[in-house]
Amino acid sequence: MKDLTEDQIERAAKLKGMGTSRKRVEDVRFTQGKGNYVDDIKLDGMLFGDFVRSPYAHARVKSINIEEAMKVPGVVAVLTAKDLEPLSLHWMPTLAGDKQMVLADGKVLFQGQEVAFVVASDRYAAADAVELVEVDYEELPVIVNPFEALKSDVVLREDIKDETSGAHGPRNHHNHIFTWTEGNEAATEQAIDSAEVVAEEMVYYHRTHPCPLETCGTVASMDKVTGKLTVWGTFQAPHVVRTVASLLSGIEEHNIRVISPDIGGGFGNKVGVYPGYICAIVASIVTGKPVKWIEDRMDNLMATAFARDYWMKGRISATKDGKITGLHCHVTADHGAFDACADPTKFPAGFFHICTGSYDIPAAFVKVDGVYTNKAPGGVAYRCSFRVTEAAYFIERMIEVLAIELNMDAAELRRINFIRADQFPYQSALGWEYDSGDYHTAWDKALKAVDYEGLRKEQAQRIEDFKAGKTRKLLGIGLTHFTEIVGAGPVKNCDILGMGMFDSCEIRIHPTGSAIARLGTISQGQAHATTFAQILATETGIPADSITIEEGDTDTAPYGLGTYGSRSTPVAGAATALAGRKIRAKAQMIAAYLLEVHDDDVEWDVDRFSVKGAPERFKTMKEIAYAAYNQAIPGLEPGLEAVSYYDPPNMTYPFGAYICVMEVDVDTGQWDIRQFYALDDCGTRINPMVIDGQVHGGVTEALAIAMGQEIAYDDMGNVKTGTLMDFFLPTAWEVPNYTTDHTVTPSPHHPIGAKGVGESPNVGGVPAFSNAVHDAFRAFGLRQSHMPHDHWRIWKIASDLGLHA
Amino acid sequence: MIPSGFEYHRPSDLPTAVKILDEHGDEARVLAGGHSIIPMMKLRMADLSHLIDLQDVASLKEVSVAGDTVTIGAMVTQAELISNDALAKAAPILREAALQIADPQVRYVGTVGGNVANGDPGNDMPGLMQCLGATYVLYGSDGEREVDAREFYEAAYMTARADNEILTHIKIKATTAGYAYEKQKRKIGDYATAAAAVLIEQSGGKVTSASIAMTNLSDTPIHSTGAGDALVGTACDAAAISSAIAAMQADILPNEDNRGPIEFKRHVAATMLRRAIERAWSRA
Repeated sequence: MKDLTEDQIERAAKLKGMGTSRKRVEDVRFTQGKGNYVDDIKLDGMLFGDFVRSPYAHARVKSINIEEAMKVPGVVAVLTAKDLEPLSLHWMPTLAGDKQMVLADGKVLFQGQEVAFVVASDRYAAADAVELVEVDYEELPVIVNPFEALKSDVVLREDIKDETSGAHGPRNHHNHIFTWTEGNEAATEQAIDSAEVVAEEMVYYHRTHPCPLETCGTVASMDKVTGKLTVWGTFQAPHVVRTVASLLSGIEEHNIRVISPDIGGGFGNKVGVYPGYICAIVASIVTGKPVKWIEDRMDNLMATAFARDYWMKGRISATKDGKITGLHCHVTADHGAFDACADPTKFPAGFFHICTGSYDIPAAFVKVDGVYTNKAPGGVAYRCSFRVTEAAYFIERMIEVLAIELNMDAAELRRINFIRADQFPYQSALGWEYDSGDYHTAWDKALKAVDYEGLRKEQAQRIEDFKAGKTRKLLGIGLTHFTEIVGAGPVKNCDILGMGMFDSCEIRIHPTGSAIARLGTISQGQAHATTFAQILATETGIPADSITIEEGDTDTAPYGLGTYGSRSTPVAGAATALAGRKIRAKAQMIAAYLLEVHDDDVEWDVDRFSVKGAPERFKTMKEIAYAAYNQAIPGLEPGLEAVSYYDPPNMTYPFGAYICVMEVDVDTGQWDIRQFYALDDCGTRINPMVIDGQVHGGVTEALAIAMGQEIAYDDMGNVKTGTLMDFFLPTAWEVPNYTTDHTVTPSPHHPIGAKGVGESPNVGGVPAFSNAVHDAFRAFGLRQSHMPHDHWRIWKIASDLGLHA
Repeated sequence: MIPSGFEYHRPSDLPTAVKILDEHGDEARVLAGGHSIIPMMKLRMADLSHLIDLQDVASLKEVSVAGDTVTIGAMVTQAELISNDALAKAAPILREAALQIADPQVRYVGTVGGNVANGDPGNDMPGLMQCLGATYVLYGSDGEREVDAREFYEAAYMTARADNEILTHIKIKATTAGYAYEKQKRKIGDYATAAAAVLIEQSGGKVTSASIAMTNLSDTPIHSTGAGDALVGTACDAAAISSAIAAMQADILPNEDNRGPIEFKRHVAATMLRRAIERAWSRA
């Protein structure tokens, strides 16, 4: 590329295009309390819904008596499964090809399950009436452990007990959902059988929850005069919700308008369709009034989608020099009462088969068994692409365990097994084509930045001091090199409920040279209004400040599959760039006409087209836009608009190197993060400040997950962590300072080379924290201890290793 | 998280407040900072028809230090415990402990009276007041009476306060003893996994008096006289501290919960107490 002149640099700076740390335009309203969330929507005559929820994890519902509840002043209706059955809405399809009860149909299968829906003229009356709905339950045996579920005679899902096959193939037990495999099993077994060294370990990634600050909710409003249904909601995929609502209700799709207003965090929790949405819609259709339903925090933690709960049994083999030869993984996946995982249809374990990670592993095989238990449904990708954080945690733990088995430095073990830069595009043993990467460069940069050798020396000294009784604190150095797979995805193999996972952007340039662009995605805090305007600014030469970005209203935005799995930039960002290029292509013709030269005789120059070799003769985009509307140009339609639907040719593969330095107190189990270094390579960087913010937020969620955040059940299936007293949500006090860094390896197939970054810090952060805990105790014989690493579990490690004697 | 209906009262003097209490019996409760009672009502674990907000009763918001007698009104907030220099001088352990309660936002609203009167074993102030040998002033229709903080707590949420009495003031003696409040918690805003309050006086390198109280390790705060006695007369050496810890272990009865199993809590209790004694001794 030619070096820019000073004048060009100055004009480019005014655009605030790609690479600029442009301040988030959304924050003007958010920091002033002027956001507009679902619960801010107030409509005339609006009714409020609230659920009667099951106190039991498994019980037969013998009867429901609503008589007393209906007497509460203001109560309009109490819906049960019987009321929904005539509409065939007492069950609904899940994203994973299973079905789920909307309201308890004869039995309940998890604590917090929706049993009846009270509708009242005010929120308090609804809550009062919930208390008065009498449900007669007969308790049934509870299963909360997936391994027991596969052995138990207790049938959880009586509705499908005789079905030997489900959406993902054969079922081998009445509590079994599917078996899914990938890779060459024979070759992998052979590699492991003949290996010099084999490490074997069970790695559990516990059940947790995305816990967005704003819980899930909706307002449904059926206008009986126009026949139009408007649904506001916390939807990460509003267009999909419209289509599903149409298919379920029979209302034609043009008569349904779905609006995602401001959303206070999603992290996967707001991808699925929940009973509250269906009940609010039905209640609005029945009453002809708007109906609002908003979860409280306990509802959210107990009943809407959890994440993880993967038991990953691994075997990894290597030569005695540390070259990895094979990887085998068998996952027992606890999906809860209904299979409501949010994955592309063909991938019931998501993209878990990215679990060979950053390493050149010649033979690999994964097998995943999905299992029903008496726990809430979900299995969403909590700030990660589909099951990618599970995969990254698995391989990064297995590498550590192998390093122990080999008595080798874990940084060196990684280095000798990385896929080399010259191997890209790289075909993995589990079927993925990694688009690009330069792992060695990133790794060396990271190790140097933290003075890795110095840290190891300090750690050795600390161990000596500990053994000599001079300190009770150990030092852990947590390493991670992760590779993600994001940007779902190519329509040929990625769809949700049959809907291809493309995305879209539609641009209108106004006559005076400003613009509006609408996308099929929806920001939940990712700053789309800021960053997509920057892509367009660079592509079209219109200042980012003069571009409005709009998402989330299905009546105005083009169809798209929404925002999750770090797909917005890889897919909708690409559509935006390509739509911008269509604008530019037409602008070039207009400019050439205005400059009275041939189309090929003008060239793009930051914010204008100028005549080749005569840069003083030019037309700015502003001038071109005006002409597009107001001047008759032979052979061209008036106007300046473009739309692009982008079907990505491949996923993108962001990667990164994270290092956590942690102090651990063996007597109390308390930990202190002394240093956290995060190097991310997300390809082309659109807004470095927003990337930093994404990394800070994602590492903070990773800290929470690794160090305490858990949805725990007792043996009776009671949720033990249903409030923020017990469910760890870190505050400014618990969060350390982060050091962020980067390398740039652009995606070769993405129009602007960007790969996505929103979820990298969670994917890389969890193993970095967990490995730090493990590393602190490595010298004393620790191999594997399950997350979350809260105080008592860390204390238990020390206790089991005899460090309290 | 939606409470059932209730009447809200806001009297401006104590006699009126007590009159409302008398009228409604256990249907009524006084409201101080509300950090315990309001969540309980939202969870519908407490069903009260009448809430009597004390924030307009000015006399409950006063702090006075007269000679060596410190009087703290029940509606004094945790934030004021931290910011009041006279208090910090008269009993510096108050500031040290208050800084470990919740977070600044909570401390601006949470009161010392609510904290000690509710009888929640997780609260920090009850153990602290036992350590300080505080006296609680209770006001009812029959007038005032005083109860020793060490005699006040009967079981979780069960105290010597009658339903129609209001805890109005806390009296403590100013102290120059070495002090420490050590608390382990999972996160900001959490109750203690274990906490220890320690006051030690010394003369000539020997402990002359020691007061030790533990928090969230039984269904009431535990003032362990055995632990204190184990230190008296010693130079607070390792053997003495171990004896104090052993005595404390005999007095506590922790439960397993999400913070961890009993053996872990006992280990943390020992660690907190050891650290508190060492720090208090260094300040004695």
